[in-house]
Amino acid sequence: MSGSSSSSALGRNWLWIVVLLIAIGLPWLFYDWEKARHSGFLLTMLSQMGMMIIFALSYNMLMGQAGLLSFGHAVFFGLGGYCTIHFLNAAEAGSLPLPLEIMPLLAAFSGLGFGIVFGYMAAKQRATAFAMITMGIGELIAVAAIMFHAFFGGEGGVSANRMIERSVLGVGYGAASEVYYLILTWTVIAALLMLFLTKTPLGAMANATRDNFERAQFMGYDPRRVRFLQFALSGFFAGLGGGLYAITYEIVTFDAVAGALSANAVLMTYIGGATIFYGPILGATLITLLQSGLSLLSNAWLIYVGVLFILMVTFAPAGLAGMIEAHGPIARAGRMGRLAVPYLRLLIPGGATLLGAVGLVEIASFVTIGAAQGKSLSVFGYKIGVDDTMPWVIAFALLGVGGAWLRIEIRHFARVWEDVTADIKQRSV
Amino acid sequence: MTESALSLKDVRKNFGQTEIIRGVNLEVRRGERHAVIGPNGAGKTTLFNLISGRFPISGGSISLNGTEIHTLEPQRINRLGLSRSFQITSIFHRMSVFENIRCALLWSQGYRYSFWHPLWRQKALNQRAEELLAEINLLERRDLQAGLLSYAEQRSLEIGITIAGGATVILLDEPTAGMSHSETEYAVALIRRVTEGKTLVMVEHDMRVVFDLADTISVVVYGQVIASGPPAEIRANRAVQEAYLGALTE
Repeated sequence: MSGSSSSSALGRNWLWIVVLLIAIGLPWLFYDWEKARHSGFLLTMLSQMGMMIIFALSYNMLMGQAGLLSFGHAVFFGLGGYCTIHFLNAAEAGSLPLPLEIMPLLAAFSGLGFGIVFGYMAAKQRATAFAMITMGIGELIAVAAIMFHAFFGGEGGVSANRMIERSVLGVGYGAASEVYYLILTWTVIAALLMLFLTKTPLGAMANATRDNFERAQFMGYDPRRVRFLQFALSGFFAGLGGGLYAITYEIVTFDAVAGALSANAVLMTYIGGATIFYGPILGATLITLLQSGLSLLSNAWLIYVGVLFILMVTFAPAGLAGMIEAHGPIARAGRMGRLAVPYLRLLIPGGATLLGAVGLVEIASFVTIGAAQGKSLSVFGYKIGVDDTMPWVIAFALLGVGGAWLRIEIRHFARVWEDVTADIKQRSV
Repeated sequence: MTESALSLKDVRKNFGQTEIIRGVNLEVRRGERHAVIGPNGAGKTTLFNLISGRFPISGGSISLNGTEIHTLEPQRINRLGLSRSFQITSIFHRMSVFENIRCALLWSQGYRYSFWHPLWRQKALNQRAEELLAEINLLERRDLQAGLLSYAEQRSLEIGITIAGGATVILLDEPTAGMSHSETEYAVALIRRVTEGKTLVMVEHDMRVVFDLADTISVVVYGQVIASGPPAEIRANRAVQEAYLGALTE
């Protein structure tokens, strides 16, 4: 990071500015000018992406930067959300005269508060003990959310009205688009702050205690204190994400603190790539896309997410961002052309394998879930009978033949990749 | 008393039933280069672990510049001016060489747990890190991931991390272990240079290095110091020769 020259840093920043412009402009591309309204689906998805990006980045402050595997990160997100609901209700009742734009900041400080409390419990440990304690905290809060009605509202959750009629910008926040731009603004601020944190003494020492906690001790640092501060600050940003969640949906239930969301943090961060700062941004974007888009298309979408996770852990432990970064030296040496054909050759067997696998999952899911819902499977208008033999045979054949062919092509690809990288290394010496 | 940089009095350590350190007395004068030698398993590295606070002692006392340190945690001992290296290279593998050194500087430069100082703008800190890199001859490797350095380079980095914080008492655990002849010569010169004016205590197996570098030698055998004195005296000591040295120096 510190070694990147100013020109490449500028190049990278340009890319992020383009991403930001897309995020700003996308709702208007799908704007229905006749009815004069935005696409609700798109706005909900983009809003969800924003808060998940904050959530995943805050999780990576633990996993990627400090080497701490937490299984209870939703606690801070959810509690930030619950607190925000109460703040909103207080604002409506007139006892908290603050504009809506500031509410996420209050949520962040709530997250920080809980981060300090639970960090005190968890940060003394690392590795497995740390993971177990965070899991315990997660379960504790999840149970508390059902038990203590006054604060958590039981199974029904708590709700509020975000139109508190107090705004710095004079915006009502009745429309989803107004909320989306609030989320976008906070996402950019939070991401920049978290990027800044990686470049401070605490951020550097978080990396140091991750790599070698004992050595950090012999340099004057208490690794437990480093972990504690990193944990508390990570709670700050998770709480911020939860605040945006509460403002968007105006209701927070048990789901916001539950284990499934904590697991999602792990998924997003790992799939996106924990070793590179922007990895969780990619992971959160992709997982949200799958959650919103794929879940409409398939009952079995969670299976695909699960398989993707296993594949990434097995074959690309540095995640999507790691895969992108691996191309860096090749691109800089101007050798991407040599990879074009090998990449194209992966397409057909890759597509066949994917089709076979998806086919099998879908047919299988329609045998049970589909039948229960009285639906039938159709592809391009053709009805497919799940009791027939033929669809199964075709799917198995695609998976088998495609898979075998794909293995050959992957080996070919790996050879070319090694040739190119070896070539570049030789030239640079 | 205050003459001693480091003073061990009847230090004992047992792991379960086994007593590994059996009443060690050791005085290290300020500014001297002190070598601790002895056969494998004599307890030399354990002694370092006790002094630096890695393990708690079972009995006795250890003081650094007159302050008792044997109840303190490693980071506290470090802040009092004692720094150590490790026999098995202990660096931050996934960070760059520069970041390794910069992290080692942070505490002594007063940054503590700051999360508001942008590191890239700390001119004095970054300049000091560059100077240290130059001193240990790793300036050319500045941006390389530390895990990718050669073994000898990693050992240099290890020494760099150890001295970076400006400690006055430096403990080096087998700094030349596993090195070739020329690498050893280079390492000795480096150690001599960077510990100038400081108190050095080192565990070392290479007798050429020991007699080349040390002002005082202490011989540890079976958890006790059997002799301590200038190199000539140790060389002549009958007990030392019998226990350990003879085969190596003749």
